[in-house]
Amino acid sequence: MWCKRIIPCLDVKNGRVVKGTKFVSLRDVGDPVALAKFYYDQGADELVFLDISASIEGKKTILDVARSVAKEIFIPFTIGGGIRSMDDIEVLLKAGADKVSIGTAGVENPDLIKSAATRFGSQAIVVSIDAKKQGNNWKVYTKSASSNSNLDAIAWAKKAEELGAGEILLNLIDCDGTKKGFGIELTKVIADAVSIPVIASGGAGSKEDFLEVFKKTKVSAALAASIFHYGEIRISELKKYLNENGVDIREV
Amino acid sequence: MKFIIIDYGAGNATNVKSALLKIGVSSMISSDAATWTNADALIFPGVGSFGAAMKNLGNKSEILKDLITKGKPFLGICLGMQLLMDASEESSGVQGLGIIPGKAKLFITSLPVPQMCWNKVKSLNSPLFDGLDEFYAYFVHSYYCDLSDSSYVSAKTEYGGITFASAFWRKNIYATQFHPEKSGVKGLQLLRNFITEVKK
Repeated sequence: MWCKRIIPCLDVKNGRVVKGTKFVSLRDVGDPVALAKFYYDQGADELVFLDISASIEGKKTILDVARSVAKEIFIPFTIGGGIRSMDDIEVLLKAGADKVSIGTAGVENPDLIKSAATRFGSQAIVVSIDAKKQGNNWKVYTKSASSNSNLDAIAWAKKAEELGAGEILLNLIDCDGTKKGFGIELTKVIADAVSIPVIASGGAGSKEDFLEVFKKTKVSAALAASIFHYGEIRISELKKYLNENGVDIREV
Repeated sequence: MKFIIIDYGAGNATNVKSALLKIGVSSMISSDAATWTNADALIFPGVGSFGAAMKNLGNKSEILKDLITKGKPFLGICLGMQLLMDASEESSGVQGLGIIPGKAKLFITSLPVPQMCWNKVKSLNSPLFDGLDEFYAYFVHSYYCDLSDSSYVSAKTEYGGITFASAFWRKNIYATQFHPEKSGVKGLQLLRNFITEVKK
C-alpha cells in the first residue's frame, strides 16, 4: 500500500486568494483560510500556498495566513514563493507551516537548501522545479518561470536530493494552465531518478489526468489549482474515482 | 491541569499546541525541566535528527527519563517516539532515552524515503484509539521503530513491504510515529483520547 496525495494549491497575493472561486458556499471567496478549510473538509491531503505578493508589505501578510491556517486546519501545509533566506524559512515554520518550498533562491544559492535541510530537517524543505522542454532536454526556469537557468532539470532534481531536499515539487511550464494533463514524460524520469517524494504539478484538467500520472509514474502526489477552485472537480469525487481505479488514496 | 509540550529547539511544538487548543485544551511549550516536573502530562513532538534532539536535551534527558519511568503521562510523537528507544541508525553512537527496548532503523524499500504520506494505522490496541477503527494518519519519517519487545506495540502500519510499530503503549507511556496534530479529525480524536486518559 502506498497512499497518494491530492494537493490543492492556492495562489495568494497580499493575503488574498487571487484565482477566484465559484463556490457559493464560501462567504468570502478571497479568504485563503476559508478556502483552505473548504478543501480540508473535502479531504485534501495537504495544502500548498504560493505567495505571489510583490511588495514587502504584501509578503508580510503570508505570515498571517500561515498563522491562521495552522489554528484551523490539521493537515500539513507548505508555503512557497519568494523565499530567499534562512530567516524567511524560520519565520514561516514558526508561524506554523510544515514545509517551505524553495525555487529560484535554491538555484541561485544551492547552499540555502543544504543549510535549511540541516537546520530544519529535510522534511521541511521542498525544492520546487519549474521545467521547460528545450530540444531533447528540460531546463530549469526561475523567477516565476521567466528566466532560463540553463540547468538540466533531471540533474538539478538529483542535486536537490543530494543537498537534502525532502521532496520535489515539479511543475511543467508547458503544461501549466493547459488542462491537457500532467507532463508524463519528464515527471516519470524525475520520479525514477530520485528516491525522495515527487509532486506532479501543472496541466491537470480531468480526473483521468490524475489517474494517468499515478499509473504511469512513481509520483507521490499531484497538485492542481484552478480545476479545484472553479469547482470543475471536487476533491471528494476525485478521490473516489481514483480509489475505484486502483489508486490507494485516503477518502474522508 | 497542566499540559506541557516539550520544546527542544527543533520540534514544531506550536502545531501541537494549536491542535490541543482546537479540542479545548490549553497547553504550554517549555524547555524548562522544572516545568516538566510540575506538569500533569508531557507531550514530546519531534522533528529533526535523533542525535541533534538528544544533544539538545543534554543532561535534561535523565530528568525526562525519570519522569516518564516514574509514571508521568507521556505522549511522544514521531521523533518523540523514536527517542524512547535505545538507539537509532540515524545517529550511531548516540544513546536514546532507553525506556523502550529497541532501535530506530532506516527504511530500505523501493518506495520513496522519507515516507511522507498518509498511511493506514491498524491493529489498534490502546485507549489512545478509543472510538477509532483503522484509519489513515499522516507520516513523515525515514526511520521506524524496531522493537525487541512486541508487547509495547499498540498499532501497526506497513510501508514498502515493512510492517512497523506505528504506536506504543505501556501504562502511562503513549507514542505515535505519525503526527496526530496533522492527521485531520481522526488525529484530533486521538489527542482528545490522550487528554481523557490523563484526566482519569
